[in-house]
Amino acid sequence: MDHVLTLMTFLPLLGAAIVLALPSQHHALIKQVALAATLPTLLLGVWLFVAFDRGTTDFQYVDKVPWIASYNIQYFVGVDGISITMVLLTALLCPLCVLASCGIDKGVKGYFALFLLLETGMLGVFVALDFFLFYVFWEVMLLPMYFLIGIWGGARREYAAIKFFLYTFAGSVLMLIAMLVLYFGSEPHTFDMTVLMQRTGVFDMRTQHLLWMALFVAFAIKIPVFPFHTWLPDAHVEAPTAISVILAGVLLKMGTYGILRINYGILPAATADLAFWALAVLGTFNIVYGALCALAQTDLKKLVAYSSISHMGYVMLGMAAFTPQGINGAVLQMFNHGTITAMLFLLVGVIYDRAHHRNIDGFGGLASVMPVYTGFTALAFFAAMGLPGLSAFISEVLVLLGAWQRYPGLTTVAASAIVLTAGYLLWTMQRMWLGPLNAQYAHLPEIDARELVTLVPLAVIVLVLGVYPHAVLDLINTSLLHLNEIVKAGAATGVALR
Amino acid sequence: MDLGNLQSIAFSAPELILIATAILIFLADLVVRQKEQLGALALFGCAGALIASIGLRMPFSDRWLVQGLFGWGEGWLYSRMVIVDDFAVFFKLLFALAAFVTIWMSLGSREVQDGDEGEYYGLVLASTVGLFYMASAANLLMAYLALELVSLTSYVLTGYLRRNRRSGEAALKYLIYGGVSSAVMIYGMSWLYGLAGSLDYQKLNATVLHGHVEPLTVFVAIVLVLAGLGFKITAVPFHMWAPDAYQGAPIPVTAFLSVGSKAAGFAMMIRLFYPGLSAPAVGDGGGWTFLAGADWPQLMLVLCMATMTLGNLAALGQENVKRLLAYSSIAHAGYTLMGFVVLNDAGLRAMLFYLITYYLMNLGAFLVVMVVANSTGREDLDGYRGLAWRGGAVPAVAMAIFLFSLAGIPPLAGFVGKFYLFAAVVEQRYYLLAAVGFANTLVALYYYVRIIRTMFLDQPRGDEGVVALDTHNAFLLYFLAIPTIVLGIYWAPVIALADRSVRFFLG
Repeated sequence: MDHVLTLMTFLPLLGAAIVLALPSQHHALIKQVALAATLPTLLLGVWLFVAFDRGTTDFQYVDKVPWIASYNIQYFVGVDGISITMVLLTALLCPLCVLASCGIDKGVKGYFALFLLLETGMLGVFVALDFFLFYVFWEVMLLPMYFLIGIWGGARREYAAIKFFLYTFAGSVLMLIAMLVLYFGSEPHTFDMTVLMQRTGVFDMRTQHLLWMALFVAFAIKIPVFPFHTWLPDAHVEAPTAISVILAGVLLKMGTYGILRINYGILPAATADLAFWALAVLGTFNIVYGALCALAQTDLKKLVAYSSISHMGYVMLGMAAFTPQGINGAVLQMFNHGTITAMLFLLVGVIYDRAHHRNIDGFGGLASVMPVYTGFTALAFFAAMGLPGLSAFISEVLVLLGAWQRYPGLTTVAASAIVLTAGYLLWTMQRMWLGPLNAQYAHLPEIDARELVTLVPLAVIVLVLGVYPHAVLDLINTSLLHLNEIVKAGAATGVALR
Repeated sequence: MDLGNLQSIAFSAPELILIATAILIFLADLVVRQKEQLGALALFGCAGALIASIGLRMPFSDRWLVQGLFGWGEGWLYSRMVIVDDFAVFFKLLFALAAFVTIWMSLGSREVQDGDEGEYYGLVLASTVGLFYMASAANLLMAYLALELVSLTSYVLTGYLRRNRRSGEAALKYLIYGGVSSAVMIYGMSWLYGLAGSLDYQKLNATVLHGHVEPLTVFVAIVLVLAGLGFKITAVPFHMWAPDAYQGAPIPVTAFLSVGSKAAGFAMMIRLFYPGLSAPAVGDGGGWTFLAGADWPQLMLVLCMATMTLGNLAALGQENVKRLLAYSSIAHAGYTLMGFVVLNDAGLRAMLFYLITYYLMNLGAFLVVMVVANSTGREDLDGYRGLAWRGGAVPAVAMAIFLFSLAGIPPLAGFVGKFYLFAAVVEQRYYLLAAVGFANTLVALYYYVRIIRTMFLDQPRGDEGVVALDTHNAFLLYFLAIPTIVLGIYWAPVIALADRSVRFFLG
């Protein structure tokens, strides 16, 4: 299994090629092939989960071949504790999303080919260890996303798609500048991230700060951090269900992953200087702002979208604390948010497919018509709220514990915002699922088997990680502690850690 | 080496083949009824010129083929009028390919088939001869003659659609702008002649290197010469003719102008400004210094930023796809100039590589415009509505590939080209230029995506007509689209070719 990561990354692309070769009127066949194309990656992911060496900080399952030798560009992939969680999350969500996309009936071939290309792009971002390769995958993922939102999305899909594209591309451009400056600053010139991580001192502090800010904005757009977040509600709301799941479940994590991998790893001193304002303060603001916006929504999908903004704030706050609990909590929260928000978007899709609208006030008493569906919704809502026994509780507590040691004020604010989270979720629960039944929806069919298949694995993970978080923590802990030490050492050489 | 007129003929095979084919076409035009046979003849001529150019120099190896036959590699031809070196051969290959694609396109173009095809193919080949010599000329007079040969044939080709008023208008505008700028240019050349006492680039170089020349004099001469060169490469402020000429000309001619004559302008400019007016910097790898205190890189820096910005901003509001691509091609001239201002071999290499990628993606985009115009007669953006959903899925996907490549999105050739240009700029710490360039990339993305949105995201209304792709054009479409993707994934041999082609024979 030497090339497991390469296989995982490019098998979906092979699937995309096969899908394109199929006759376009055989919808069922195309869907089956697409599902089959995502499964090997999932199986390899499970194997990776079992075989991954949890005790080392080295990159594992490395594939490294020269790509463009004259410019020292390599095809270089590998995983450590940080990226493996994201690889697993992606490998898990993609088959579920293919299942959730069974309702697609327009341009079926194009949809699934683009979806599989998207999977390759996402996995590539998480496994790439050469900055150039990372950038290429980062952009590769943009194109299918644009079409998936723009062609198969809702009423305002064109606007949402171009907004998403332009925002992310603006960020990419900043990343490209920073990448080139890093390249020419290293001697001999290299894009190899593992080498760049060892040569942290070549730039003066001012340049490091500028580079850090450029990279931060590139990633902040993806997370998304206020004030770069405005593409998110549009894109999430207009995208088809499965694509919303991918957007919230995987794409947002690319932002925080990028910060951990590149800002933390390559510019530790600048990270120590700037983390307070850029990560802790903006993160806390994200938590409160996202929750307040969610409270004001009348569209269920938009509410979930804003709740994502809020929850990603915990990741940023945890990262900025530079404590073992904080950084572990942050990455665990990335994984947990991926599963929970995927559930939430899938659940929104279920009701939208039946009622053809998502207006929170347009329902009522759904619990009496769709009890199973209500059960899953309750589980997902409680998980999002951070109820003890469910996965997000552990990660949020870890984040808050970690952050308290450095930023007690901000942590107080962040912790209080949980009340707002509970507020918008419970209020929504009450308006849609409880209370008197809206007679119009008295005959809504119960959630069907296919939808259950997409939800059950996620629900199981949420429950299991709620009582046994070590399944993920063991994976990430070694690498994160190492990274934390790098940043602290960087802080010692630069300006004092605030 | 320095060869006389008769000896030089052995090394002029590419040009001679083109000229012979052109004459043959003019003669055959009198007797041949089926005019597409003339096009086929022209294709053979281009292929012959391509092979003969390869015969001068293997593109992917380090050997001069002629060396084995004649014991001779690079040097002066025709008593110091033109030069054969790596740089010239690179452009000969590019022009032969551009002419080949143009003629192939013309054979599948409805516009071209309505006119006098014999003249048309002959003129394209004559123009190609001019392009070949623009890249080789190392003498002010020869350079001027080559440039005029290209210009004169281009005016006629632009006005080829005799019954189309736009085409006539385009040709007239092109002629007037071209006449004025070449007059200004030859005036500038006369200043250079006055300084050096010779038309020879090498003597010119010796004068600015060792002689006591007034910097301002050299600078004024350079500015004047730039009028002619800027006209050819559509650099601001000499770009005004381009949108009208590009819009009015038959589409294959537009494609030819935007790729061939623009690349030739760059070739001539690089040879005049680098081995002509600069000297290789001592010691450090691949650097150049401008001479006689005439700081033309600063001037070019301003022109470069103005060109890309104006081109992109003007493209934003265009409703005619051909005109939009005309403005986009102005912007791309600006991007290409980024490699010109940084004064080192890395920049020049990036320019050459970019011209290859630009060749692929721009010809491809114009080809799709032609396919759509063939079927529906429309060039406006509305004519592209829902193209992917009314039989034009292949052209629409190909267009998306070309446009995303023009926008510089990986993994496509255009991204790699832009990457090398920006890398050269960042390496030399031209951060302002880099920032302007990046901002422009973002603006450009918007209007490229606008076309893509119209093709894919909008649904057809039913009045746009059905777009059909015949095998003749489909073949060319794949010929351009596949390398656009492949070069975005693996480009090592091509960058090696560009790298090796930045080698000038300095006499």
